[in-house]
Amino acid sequence: MDLNQLQLPAITPNMVIIGLLGMIAVVTAIGVVAFNNPIRSMLSLVANFFTLAFIYFSMGADMMGITQIVVYTGAIMVLFLFVIMLLNLSTDSLVATKKFDIKPLLALPVGLGVFALILSQILMPFKDVVKTSAPDATATAVGWGSPQAIGRTLFTGYVWPFEVISLLLMVGIVGAILLARRRVEV
Amino acid sequence: MKDIGQGIEWLSVNQPMTLAAIRVLLMVLPILVIVPGLIWYERRLLSWMQDRVGPNRTGTITLKNGKKIRTFGLLQPIADGVKLFFKEDITPATVDRVLYFISPAIALFPAFAVAGTLPWGPGYGTYGHLTPVWGSEIGVLYMLAISSLGVYGVVLSGYASNNKYSLMGGLRGAAQLISYELAMAMSLASIILVSGSLKLTEVVKAQEGQLWGVVPGIQNWFIFTPFGFLSAVIFLICMVAETNRAPFDLPEAENEIIAGYHTEFSSMKFAVFFMGEYAMMFIFGGIFGVVFLGGYNMLPIQWAELAANAPGYSFLHFMRDLNYWMAPLTFLGKCAAGMTFYIWLRATLPRLRYDQLMALGWKFLLPAAVANFIVSASWIMAQKLWGWQGAVGASIGAVLIAIGLYSAIRKAMNKGTTAMEKRSVELSEGTETIPSIRAVELV
Amino acid sequence: MNDVPLLVYLGIGLFMFVTGAVGVVVRRNPVVVFMCIELMLNAVNLTFLAFARYAPSPLVADKQPTWMAGQMAVIFVMAVAAAEVAVGLGIIMAIFRLKNKVDLDELSSMRG
Repeated sequence: MDLNQLQLPAITPNMVIIGLLGMIAVVTAIGVVAFNNPIRSMLSLVANFFTLAFIYFSMGADMMGITQIVVYTGAIMVLFLFVIMLLNLSTDSLVATKKFDIKPLLALPVGLGVFALILSQILMPFKDVVKTSAPDATATAVGWGSPQAIGRTLFTGYVWPFEVISLLLMVGIVGAILLARRRVEV
Repeated sequence: MKDIGQGIEWLSVNQPMTLAAIRVLLMVLPILVIVPGLIWYERRLLSWMQDRVGPNRTGTITLKNGKKIRTFGLLQPIADGVKLFFKEDITPATVDRVLYFISPAIALFPAFAVAGTLPWGPGYGTYGHLTPVWGSEIGVLYMLAISSLGVYGVVLSGYASNNKYSLMGGLRGAAQLISYELAMAMSLASIILVSGSLKLTEVVKAQEGQLWGVVPGIQNWFIFTPFGFLSAVIFLICMVAETNRAPFDLPEAENEIIAGYHTEFSSMKFAVFFMGEYAMMFIFGGIFGVVFLGGYNMLPIQWAELAANAPGYSFLHFMRDLNYWMAPLTFLGKCAAGMTFYIWLRATLPRLRYDQLMALGWKFLLPAAVANFIVSASWIMAQKLWGWQGAVGASIGAVLIAIGLYSAIRKAMNKGTTAMEKRSVELSEGTETIPSIRAVELV
Repeated sequence: MNDVPLLVYLGIGLFMFVTGAVGVVVRRNPVVVFMCIELMLNAVNLTFLAFARYAPSPLVADKQPTWMAGQMAVIFVMAVAAAEVAVGLGIIMAIFRLKNKVDLDELSSMRG
């Protein structure tokens, strides 16, 4: 692939914004894996999800962005925080230190290789796609990411998946209670 | 007045970024200015309720001729602020330094971010360009999402302090916030259902209609409607729990766990926690005002509709214009009313025990909010299908069916019991534990 | 945001996914591994939304346009993630209570 043929997009305010958000997302994603302390990893994951919500906002997917904040940063990550604190895993003291582990050494080249491979082979055909198809919110019409549009779709074309998902969540609740309950000696 | 309006109009066309900055400043600056005043207000009102004097000296200036200029202690918070600024900022040796440094900021963040979608003025005319900061289609959800981020400030400060009591306070705070968030969201869900939009400006607009859709001239504030009243009570309890205030101040219960999550914080870091708490209380008062008390409308009277029929420029027209131009002050007044409610509660109620807190949240508030949601949804559905007469008939029928089912279950429960069990059931009448256990066994 | 190429979003998503995958293999703390899985799920969500926004839209599933289909997929991924986290963290807690250690390389009693 000739890098000279790849023309860079013009620098517009939108590009600057998405560039900043993307930078934060990338750095915090690395932080999740690189930090030794689970609390730090968790915090960078929270920052990552928060940034993702803003990326969704920038796409006009308002409802998805706010769901991201409610579900991920507001509920799931708090659960993680709880478990980390209850198990007191904070200093990795429970994880036995090994003398030598090949995995972290291999991680960087393999990760970069996979990234380059997928980017060049699978994603490059999309490099000319600049035009959006989904309608944005205007003064008269609702956008593609508005709660009205999502609610209408969810309860017309996707009722069955929705019901199945609700059943799955129910099973999840029951399972979590069963697992977390202390066994009572009989 | 006209010139300002035209200037803002010009800005909205030519300088939208500048206007956005102005919008943010107009929301944030009043909060920053008001918070010290709130602390003075709380101390004075609390002392009045507890038959004390309270801070009333700071700021009294004695002139040369012996005359005194009194400010009733209004400068006390400023003096406190100066004191907090110049105190030594102690960092305990074993804290997690990074988290210890950023957790006060995390605690302060939601208080200011939540204010982003609150409209403090009507959405048309000059105010339309100035408020809310982000008139998004997801205002109510945004508010819930951001206020749920308050958990992080509490938990992380508790963890970073490396102190058992702080950690306890942080975990307590997290459990409490998560439990009460659910009930809060469910209580707001029925309001969203009725107003038909997640936009807070639309919620206010829905409250400007006729009361119950029939009474002319009176606004339909949601607190006047049956489902809205129940929602308002649930929301009010949840919002006190969300801000960790008495009687739900278990995370900082000073006689059990010293001061909970902010034990180890001193100087400005403590002041930032303090500020976040008071700003959050003030903003929650505003949210309650917007969602249940008609937002920026002064009185629940439809001045505009009444004035439309009146000839000439009468009293009604004057009130309509007054209602429009006084909107920010009205909104501030509603925030202050919420604050007063907080202080009143603090002066009245003792702190709950932890199990009482959890029982109230999970066993009473959440089921009540869900029931309210289902009932208001059914009501809207019935009204759409059969009109309001049909809906009234259907609800009477539903109540009758519920009573019939309840008595049938009661009868079935008592049927299989022997004389001895019946006696024990009768003996423990009112405790309700025995009948329900029986029901499980019989099934 | 109309002048941003689709590739920007896809690139961010891909990077997050690869980072998460590397983390799942490298880290030995089960909670962190779990977080890396969440990271991968979110990368997929981002990709779904990006495609939903940019794809041309033939009608799918009961005459809904594709840009809705993408968001529906995201909703379902989020719901599945929530259920998965509730159960998964419960399992980690149970293992910790049983064995008093949570190192993933040491937990090998299932190995034949």
